Amino acid sequence: MTARRALWSLALPIALLALWYVAVRERWVTEGIIPPPAQVAASWYTWIFGSPTRSLSPYSGTWLANVVYSTRRVIEGFLLAAAFGIPLGILIGWNRLVARLVDPSIQLLRPVPITAWLPFAIAVFGIYDASALFLIGLGAFYPIVVNTTHGVRDTNLLLLRAARMLGAGPLTVLFKVVFRSTLPSIFTGLRLGIGVAWTAVIVAEMIAVKSGLGYVLWDAYYVGRMDICVATMFSVGLLGFLSDQVILRVSRLVLRWRTLEAHA
Amino acid sequence: MVSAVELSAVSKEFVARDRRVLAIERIDLSVARNEFAAILGPSGCGKSTLLNMVAGFQRPTTGRILVDGAPVEGPDPRRGVVFQEAALFPWYTVLDNVTFGPKTRRMPAGQYRPKVAMLLELVGLRGFERYYPAELSGGMKQRVGIARVLVMEPEVLLMDEPFGSLDAQTRSVMQELLLSVWERQHQTVLFITHDIEEALLLADSVSVMTARPGRIKARIVVDLPRPRPFEVTTSPRFNELKRQVLALVREESLRAATRVEPGGSLE
Repeated sequence: MTARRALWSLALPIALLALWYVAVRERWVTEGIIPPPAQVAASWYTWIFGSPTRSLSPYSGTWLANVVYSTRRVIEGFLLAAAFGIPLGILIGWNRLVARLVDPSIQLLRPVPITAWLPFAIAVFGIYDASALFLIGLGAFYPIVVNTTHGVRDTNLLLLRAARMLGAGPLTVLFKVVFRSTLPSIFTGLRLGIGVAWTAVIVAEMIAVKSGLGYVLWDAYYVGRMDICVATMFSVGLLGFLSDQVILRVSRLVLRWRTLEAHA
Repeated sequence: MVSAVELSAVSKEFVARDRRVLAIERIDLSVARNEFAAILGPSGCGKSTLLNMVAGFQRPTTGRILVDGAPVEGPDPRRGVVFQEAALFPWYTVLDNVTFGPKTRRMPAGQYRPKVAMLLELVGLRGFERYYPAELSGGMKQRVGIARVLVMEPEVLLMDEPFGSLDAQTRSVMQELLLSVWERQHQTVLFITHDIEEALLLADSVSVMTARPGRIKARIVVDLPRPRPFEVTTSPRFNELKRQVLALVREESLRAATRVEPGGSLE
C-alpha cells in the first residue's frame, strides 16, 4: 500500500526527469545551454564532496559551507520576523488602538515586493549580512503578522466568555485563551514566512552579500556553469522543503488537540 | 430576604444596521436562594440575552440586575455559566479544563484536587482526565462544562440551553445527572430552555417568555415532589402543568409566527 502510494508520488518527478533527459539529448533545447541530468548530478556531487583534481575550483567541496551560510541567514531572519511578527500580530488583533495605529502602515508597506527593497537595504546596511537579514526578516514578517492578527480576531467569543466567567483577568485570557487559539494561524504564518525567507535569501545573496547559495547561483550563471545553477536550484528547493517539514512537524506536535477524533 | 437573582425593569436594545431592536422589554424577575428557576421561551425571544446579562457578559440598556443584593458588574466565578455548546478550551485536556478556574484563581492544588476528583466522579468522567475535548461526545463535553463550573462553587448556576444540542437519550441522561447534582448541592439555578418537559422536570418555577420583545408572560410554580425521578414525566400532575405551559407557549409561538417584522420583507 505504501509502496503503491510512493510510486504515485514519484511518477511525475520521474516523468519530468525523463523529459529533461530526452529534451537535451534530442536537442529540443539549444545545445550547451541546458546541461543533461547526469552532468548536473556529477557537478553537484563534486560540489558537495570535492574532487582531488579540481580542489581549487569554487565548485569543489564548497556546497556545505554555502548551505550553512544561507540556512543561517534564513533562520536568523525568520526568527527575527517571528519575534516581531507574533507579538505585534497579537497586539493588533487584540487592541483596537494598536490596530488603528499600526495596521494601515503594514497594509501599505506589504505590497512593496521584497526585491524593491534591495537598493534601500544595500544603501542603509551595505554589502553585509545585515542587508540580507533585513530583507529576509521583512519578507517573512508580513505573513506572520497578518496571520497572527487574523487568528486573534477569530478567537471564539464563547471561549473568551468562559474564561472570564471562570475568573480569568485580561492577561490570563490573552495567554491561556487568545494565544492558544491563535496558534494554528501563527503556524500558518510561520510556514508562509519560511517560504518567503528562502526567496528573500536567494535575492539578497545574489546582490547584497558575497556568499551563500544565491551568490553561487548568480556567479555560476555569469561564468556559464548552468549545471551548478540547476544544482543550486535543487538545493534551495530541498532546503525549503525540509524547513517547511520541520515547522509542520512542530505544529502537529503542538496542535495535537486539533487532529484528535472522538472515540467516545 | 434578599433574592439570589433580582431583575427589575430590565430592558435590552440592540442596534443592528442602524435599526434598533428591542430584545427584552421591562423584565422583572426574582429567583429565590436555592431555587431552580427555568426560563422558557420561543427561539429569538431574548432568553439567552437575559442570561448573558445576569452572567455579566452584556449590560442591560435600562434597569437593574442584582445578584445576592449586589449589582452585576461583569463576569464572576460566583455566577457559573454552562453554555449551549460546552465552550471547553479545545487545547486543554478534561483535567486542565476543570482546573482552569481554580488555577486562575491561584487556589492551592491541595485544595482543589480532591474536589476535582470528586466532581469528575460525580459527572461520570473518571478515567477521562487526559482526554481532549475533540475526543469526547457531546454529552461528555457538557459534563466537563458542568464540572468546570461546579468546581468554583458558584452561588448561582446559569445554564443556557445546556442540553439543547444533545440527542434525546443523552439529554435525558444529562437531565437526571443535573437533578442528582442539584439535589445534593442546591445552588440557585437559572436555566434557559425551549423544552417544556425539561423545564417542568427540573425546575421549581417556570417563567414563560413572550416572543420578541421578550417579557415574562407568566410564572408557573412546579409543585412536583422532589427528588424527582424521570418517571414523574408520566404523572397526571406533570401532564396538567404541561398542558398549562403548552397553552401559554403556543400562544406566543403563533404570535411570533404570524407577525411581520418591522423593516423585514415578505418573500
